[in-house]
Amino acid sequence: MTRFLSVRFLQAMIVVLIMSFVVYGLIGLMPGDPIDIMLSGDPNMTAADAARLKALYGVDKPITERYFNWLMSAVGGDFGYSRQHNQPVMHILLPRLLNTLYLMIFAFLISVAVAIPAGVYAARNPRSWVDQAINLFCFAGISVPVFFLALLLIILFAVKLGVLPASGMRTVGGPPSFLDQLRYMALPVLTLTIANIAQVTRYVRSGMIEVLREDYIRTARAKGADENRVVWKHALRNALIPTVTIMALECGTLLSGALITETMFAYLGMGKLIFDSILANDFNVALIGLLFACSVTLILNLIADLLYAALDPRISYR
Amino acid sequence: MVSVVSNQVRDDAALPPPTRPALLIWRRFRRHKAALIGGAILIVLALLAILAPAIAGWRGQDHEAVNLFNRFQPASAEHPLGTDDLGRDLLLRLIYGGRISLFVGLVTACLTASIGTVIGLISGWYGGRVDAFLMRFCDGWIALPLLPVLIVLAAVDPTKVGLPVSIAKSPDLSLYRIVLIIALVTWTTSARLVRGVTLTLKTRDFVQAAVAQGASTARILFVHILPNALSPILVAATLASGNIILLESTLSFLGLGIQPPVASWGNILTNAQEIIWSQPMQAIYPGVLIFTTVISLNFVGDGLQDAFDPRTEGR
Repeated sequence: MTRFLSVRFLQAMIVVLIMSFVVYGLIGLMPGDPIDIMLSGDPNMTAADAARLKALYGVDKPITERYFNWLMSAVGGDFGYSRQHNQPVMHILLPRLLNTLYLMIFAFLISVAVAIPAGVYAARNPRSWVDQAINLFCFAGISVPVFFLALLLIILFAVKLGVLPASGMRTVGGPPSFLDQLRYMALPVLTLTIANIAQVTRYVRSGMIEVLREDYIRTARAKGADENRVVWKHALRNALIPTVTIMALECGTLLSGALITETMFAYLGMGKLIFDSILANDFNVALIGLLFACSVTLILNLIADLLYAALDPRISYR
Repeated sequence: MVSVVSNQVRDDAALPPPTRPALLIWRRFRRHKAALIGGAILIVLALLAILAPAIAGWRGQDHEAVNLFNRFQPASAEHPLGTDDLGRDLLLRLIYGGRISLFVGLVTACLTASIGTVIGLISGWYGGRVDAFLMRFCDGWIALPLLPVLIVLAAVDPTKVGLPVSIAKSPDLSLYRIVLIIALVTWTTSARLVRGVTLTLKTRDFVQAAVAQGASTARILFVHILPNALSPILVAATLASGNIILLESTLSFLGLGIQPPVASWGNILTNAQEIIWSQPMQAIYPGVLIFTTVISLNFVGDGLQDAFDPRTEGR
């Protein structure tokens, strides 16, 4: 187990390292470089000044050398400054990360709480009208663009009904309260949840249909086990094995979905930070934000593998 | 020898007339009502997209010509869905937007399926180190957060990757760029699929026979293995094209995809958040079109899957 964990962890570290180089290179390909941006903000700078600045910051060096320098300071805990906010990257990143985490935890818990009963019900009553309705909802959920879903919810709840705020984090000028924050989180969470429910329900349903055909389910029924016990205990546990991987990967998708959702609702989270910093040429923030998102996906993959073993005693990593 | 042949003829005569596989697939596909409706919708949308210039000529309107005296006109006989913030006929822009979305969906799906097929064939056929390398590469690629990476790729300065300025400044660049970058991030699904099929097929007798006859690797891969992998590839490509249209519309919505004045369903919605308070319907039409197209593609993909492989029906 320890061996498995350390090998996988090492592999993930290597992938992150390779990715950091790829992302570093990609970001270097975006228009403009930091010195050009400094130049455009200051009319008094001459070409000679620019060349000196470029030499000072090492922008004129080849990419491998620049990357190595960046990597060394990053390993030492120095991730650089944000050009936009004039603060160390970590100072900006951490609060944003927390905001996204709230959003994702709510979205994840609600979607699992809805998707598992819905998927199980549909699998127990295949071809019933409820199953077909759930199926239609799932197809709709995976086919709707996230930004359009957000627009529809804004039109319905903010424009037509006027019950929920269209964007922001809290009421400006009002006293800070938890309830107020929840009101602002409602629409972003709902947006993220709908698409996620659709995905997870599909996997729970197909996993469940497969498992309910198995011999051991028939045996359990023949022995007179209570039907609810057969479904929720014997069957669900095995049906969830493939679903768990999908759910872990789905969290990565949630992160991507969060980018659009947070941008639509002006919610100050990681996704919006990554998007804004890419558009504003805030290289240091964009780089760390992207690398962080990659690492999260890799860690979630690892967690999925561990959950696999926890759910299925036949799988062991010893 | 003669008797064998005559035997066979008699056997055939006893059986019902053989049904062509294509006909069988069509019969099974027909049972999937949602897929049939989806297919019909896609045909209508494709016809509208093809006929867009003819419709523009018939209506005597230009979908890119700005007329500021004509902003936000309500629906009328001349403008069935009204006009947008620059006074252009919304219906015509939606029809032209469909041209872009369907083109991007179709071309990118073909491109991504081709990249995935070649990588999958190589990985499955050669196995060993080649396979291990390509599949680890695939895993790493999947771990990339899709949307942020697409946004960075869409923001890449084309002159920095060595493209001549004449291409970098061309108005069609945003279209080609979007096809290319979406194909770059989505090929992994078909690569894994084709690898799997190749792995199972390469031990089969007919493939081994081809090897024994001294057929070249390219011939074995493309003449013997690929045709047997076509139906799963087709299903995957159909489902992928829906996803591609979603990605295209999202990037265009963010202002990083198709650039105005060229219309796309995504970029018509770019300023939607300002107009929903005054013109909510204008924000709804393009979104409904994206949704309808993508859900139709998903249903058709589902129907094709059931038709090719009856075992998966109802799952």
